[in-house]
Amino acid sequence: MRDPLSKVIKEIKPSGIRKFFDIVSEMPHAISLGVGEPDFDTPWHIREEGIYSLEKGKTFYTSNSGLMELRKEISKWYKRKHDVDYDAKTEILMTVGGSEGIDVALRAMLDPGDEVIIPQPCYVSYLPCVELAGGVPVTIELKNENEFRLTPEELLAAITDKTKVLIIAFPSNPTGAIMTKKDLEPIAEICKEKDIFVISDEIYSELTYIEEGHTSIASIPGMKERTIVINGFSKAYAMTGWRLGYAMAPRVIAEQMTKIHQFAIMCAPTTSQYAAIAAVRDGDKDIEVMRESYDQRRHFLMNTFAEMGLPCFEPRGAFYMFPCIKEFGITSDEFATRLLKEKELAVVPGTAFGDCGEGFLRISYAYSLEQLKEAMGRLSEFIETLRK
Amino acid sequence: MRTKILSLLENDSRLTTKDIAAMLGVSEAEVAADIKAMEEGKIICGYHTMVDWDKVSEEKVTALIEVKVTPQRGQGFDKIAERIYNFDEVSSVYLMAGTYDLAVFINGKSLKEVSSFVYDKLATMETVISTQTNFVLRKYKDHGLIFDRAKSEDERLAIVP
Repeated sequence: MRDPLSKVIKEIKPSGIRKFFDIVSEMPHAISLGVGEPDFDTPWHIREEGIYSLEKGKTFYTSNSGLMELRKEISKWYKRKHDVDYDAKTEILMTVGGSEGIDVALRAMLDPGDEVIIPQPCYVSYLPCVELAGGVPVTIELKNENEFRLTPEELLAAITDKTKVLIIAFPSNPTGAIMTKKDLEPIAEICKEKDIFVISDEIYSELTYIEEGHTSIASIPGMKERTIVINGFSKAYAMTGWRLGYAMAPRVIAEQMTKIHQFAIMCAPTTSQYAAIAAVRDGDKDIEVMRESYDQRRHFLMNTFAEMGLPCFEPRGAFYMFPCIKEFGITSDEFATRLLKEKELAVVPGTAFGDCGEGFLRISYAYSLEQLKEAMGRLSEFIETLRK
Repeated sequence: MRTKILSLLENDSRLTTKDIAAMLGVSEAEVAADIKAMEEGKIICGYHTMVDWDKVSEEKVTALIEVKVTPQRGQGFDKIAERIYNFDEVSSVYLMAGTYDLAVFINGKSLKEVSSFVYDKLATMETVISTQTNFVLRKYKDHGLIFDRAKSEDERLAIVP
């Protein structure tokens, strides 16, 4: 029989997280700080709206781009929150989570050989999605001493005449790093000067812990026309299982993205779209309650790390800490494996998010205070044994 | 900051000052001082435990008595409310706008005990015009807490990128 598989897919490495998932599944008493999703249930008024839509028999496809009413609400919301204007009719596409938006954007923009710059550590899907779209990923190693922000020098050094797209994702999964307006401005300048497009994954935009909040790179003058903003409902409204996100892009790109989406997906889930209308319309206070709760746990972990003497830059976004474990002289993978086997505590090694994550762990604080306390007790004991 | 401390304590009064300080990113001394000041200022009036008495074998009956009264000159409703809330059987008293004046919650051991309290103590007060007794059959939610909801296991996958 012929090889049924494509060469491209065989080249793509499976996610490094898989191994840990398999071990944890066998350990009923393990606690995990390895989950990249909120610990809140979706607020009831949003769920209730989804239920109501089902009762009313709203069980058909929506238009390919998504419900017009929802896109209009998103357009208003983005203007209000992040000061960027998007036309609901031509520039917004409802997707199956943010993930689909990333995939579709890359497929709409890349020709074989086009280079895509990916600052790492980053979310696990960017690199394989670039490869699946025929592009060539070019990674940048973000530095702990820069608090894992992208610097203009790093960007310039990675650009070649084949560079077409830069993917940025702040607040960051896995580091919790953010980039302020001041940090983004020089990056935007370079993109304009070198004619590079930006895919800005802003799925954690509502979870920042600084006064000025999140800045979308699309809000910087001259950037909207070369930026694809990816966002969604999973993190802001604790709606991961609803699989609903959206992409906002200049019309020429949005049209082609919609074409791919139309053939591959048809439309985002209808029930989720109806529920999402309630979320964007009346969900600001839900976001604030959850954001404040994450912030308290973030403070709690920062404090606990300090007591343990575990070095960690202060993350100002998302719900992750990215402590450095280089002092122990073992790899992230070994640290995480031993921590799991010896103390039944699961965390994700930094290397799951790129080779430069070596020497770091991703610790999620989307857990209750009791769980975090128990987990920190175990981590502390483990560190003590390593230090002996 | 005081509002934040209050929200945290209202949710879980067993949080230590150390926890609260860590969660709010301030010093323990500041938190302790604020709590003390709020206790003295009667902003924090007490610390309670939510108990689902239905699960304990001991008999308990809760009733809501709707009380209509004649307000007294110069004292309004305060005097009569005080006469009512001083009884140990009474767990809460609210002044209401609506079809009656005082909502009085009573905890008793039995229906008989509650009814005799209403007949002997409440209804006989001079300023009380009428009472209507409603017995609580089941508490679903109290103080924002849903009773009897099994603390659901974390249904998330153990590791998610």
